[in-house]
Amino acid sequence: MKARRHEFRAALGFLLPNFVGFGVFTAGPVLFSLAISISNWHLHRTIPFRWIALGNFLELFVDKDFWLYSMNTVYLMLGMPVAIAGSLFLAILLSQRLRGIVVYRTLFYLPTFTSGVALMLLWKALYNPEFGALNAAINWCIDTFRVNEVVRALGGAGVSAPTWLLSTKNLVGLEAEEVRSSAAQWGMGARDALIIMGIWIAIGGNNMLLYLAGLSNIPPELTEAAQLDGAGKWAVFRNVTWPQLAPTTFFIVVMSFIGGLQGGFEQARVMTQGGPAGTTTTVAYYIYTKAFEELMVGYAAAISWLLFTAIFVITMVNWRLGSKELNY
Amino acid sequence: MSAIGKVAERKPQAGPSSWWYRRGRFTASHIALTIMAATMLVPFSWMVLASFKPLQEVEQFNPFPSVWRFDNYLRVFEQVPFARYYFNSIFVAAWVTFLQCLTSAMAAYAFARLRWRGRDIVFRLYLATLMIPGVVVMIPNYTVMVKLHLLDSYVGLVVPAAFGAFGTFLLRQFMLTIPPSLDEAAEIDGATPWQIFWDVIMPLCRAGLVTLAIFTFLGNYGSFFWPLILVKSEHLRTLPIGMLYFDSVYGRQTNLIMAASVMNIVPLIILFVAAQRHIVRGVQLGAIKG
Repeated sequence: MKARRHEFRAALGFLLPNFVGFGVFTAGPVLFSLAISISNWHLHRTIPFRWIALGNFLELFVDKDFWLYSMNTVYLMLGMPVAIAGSLFLAILLSQRLRGIVVYRTLFYLPTFTSGVALMLLWKALYNPEFGALNAAINWCIDTFRVNEVVRALGGAGVSAPTWLLSTKNLVGLEAEEVRSSAAQWGMGARDALIIMGIWIAIGGNNMLLYLAGLSNIPPELTEAAQLDGAGKWAVFRNVTWPQLAPTTFFIVVMSFIGGLQGGFEQARVMTQGGPAGTTTTVAYYIYTKAFEELMVGYAAAISWLLFTAIFVITMVNWRLGSKELNY
Repeated sequence: MSAIGKVAERKPQAGPSSWWYRRGRFTASHIALTIMAATMLVPFSWMVLASFKPLQEVEQFNPFPSVWRFDNYLRVFEQVPFARYYFNSIFVAAWVTFLQCLTSAMAAYAFARLRWRGRDIVFRLYLATLMIPGVVVMIPNYTVMVKLHLLDSYVGLVVPAAFGAFGTFLLRQFMLTIPPSLDEAAEIDGATPWQIFWDVIMPLCRAGLVTLAIFTFLGNYGSFFWPLILVKSEHLRTLPIGMLYFDSVYGRQTNLIMAASVMNIVPLIILFVAAQRHIVRGVQLGAIKG
């Protein structure tokens, strides 16, 4: 018992630096943020400070921009399943004992490892509708394969390369300023450009490494037994590999939701300034503009708390569904 | 699907037909992997080639420059204090890494090696705080920095990033794998907890520390949000902020922007090639639920 008390005191000492930092820069600020979310605090001194209870949240509820930007955030997360499936596919390819696996793995991981402002500036240049390499390649294909002659012969209006980061079009046809869709908005635009870039960055990244670890943990006897029972490739994947990978997939999905809901800030700031017509503004970028450009700190804190709540609820729901699925 | 290929390789069946079958799978996998690798590499290659081109050639489809303009790189240094950006990014990231490793290792030791009541509950709660989105704490932290007059300072850049639950979690995973008999033996020899921590445990989790150091350095070398709101003056700009400024002022010079981007990521590529083993393991270890 004496030893225990001794160890408790030692533990306090070891935890102190981290906990002080955590208290000052995380726990304290979280509470502080909750407090200012019920105030009208504005960093310009001309507006008198007042407590306004749930005023910010009521205002948020009728803030059309907020709903549009929430929709953008969700739209940008549509790339998630594609990226995750791609990571799994690459991991399966890499888990075979082929020559040069390390080289492949290095190349696949490169975009994740170097991601940041530099790669976003690269993609901004690639996406430039007039000078960018991507549209140069697309236009070359359209000309070489005489795509437009074929399309016109079939009665179409002809196709042209998307204007990417300058376009409000999207794959669902969402209107830029309204929460509804129309055929005129159908196509590829800024949001799709960001999704494509996101998949390119993430597909061979951390999720692929997690799947690789997951695959190497599957006991070979399981797959061999299934094979001996005459299961085909798809059947083995469906009945052995996929269920065995369920915990990995679950972890990846949870983390992707957490990251996706608060994502999109850096892309918006570096590549699009949230445009065109606010179509690449996510909730995180909205908080930034409200707090640090319009200086409406109270309102921004309210949005950040709503975001926090959404992340928390979705993680809990994921956890519930996941643990049912995984039989913990 | 190809996991079956793995099995087929382990249990080779006799007969030429299965040999051809395996050969075919082998080639198909290599083709798929090569296409993916090319998809990853093409944008990088374009970036490197564009960084050596004269400006008017950047927009041309021809991949190679007609004259290799190596001086593009020098011109980046002439137009912005790029060396300063480098220094700031590395200086800030190195300090954060050092502090983060130290505080995380100490906390991890308390969670992994010391026995005290409520330990695992406290740890779980602490881990749950990883879910708090960065944007929630950014606004209060910013106002605190304003009050403390730490806006626009190295201290303001380093200190808020120097603590975290993630590092504690990662190092705890490493420390749990060390046999408890070691601490007990040291304790019998009369070692204090600090001595056990510093002389026994720390050397044994060197691999974990290296992994944490790499990830912390990486995250802070490219850190964007916090320096963006904190830094006002030119001499404190880190690489991401400097790049953003460079792009906003000289954005039309795509060749120079690409030269700067190449210089931004070269240290990362060197780091990755040098420490690949640790990085891969670190990512995979981070996912094991504690």
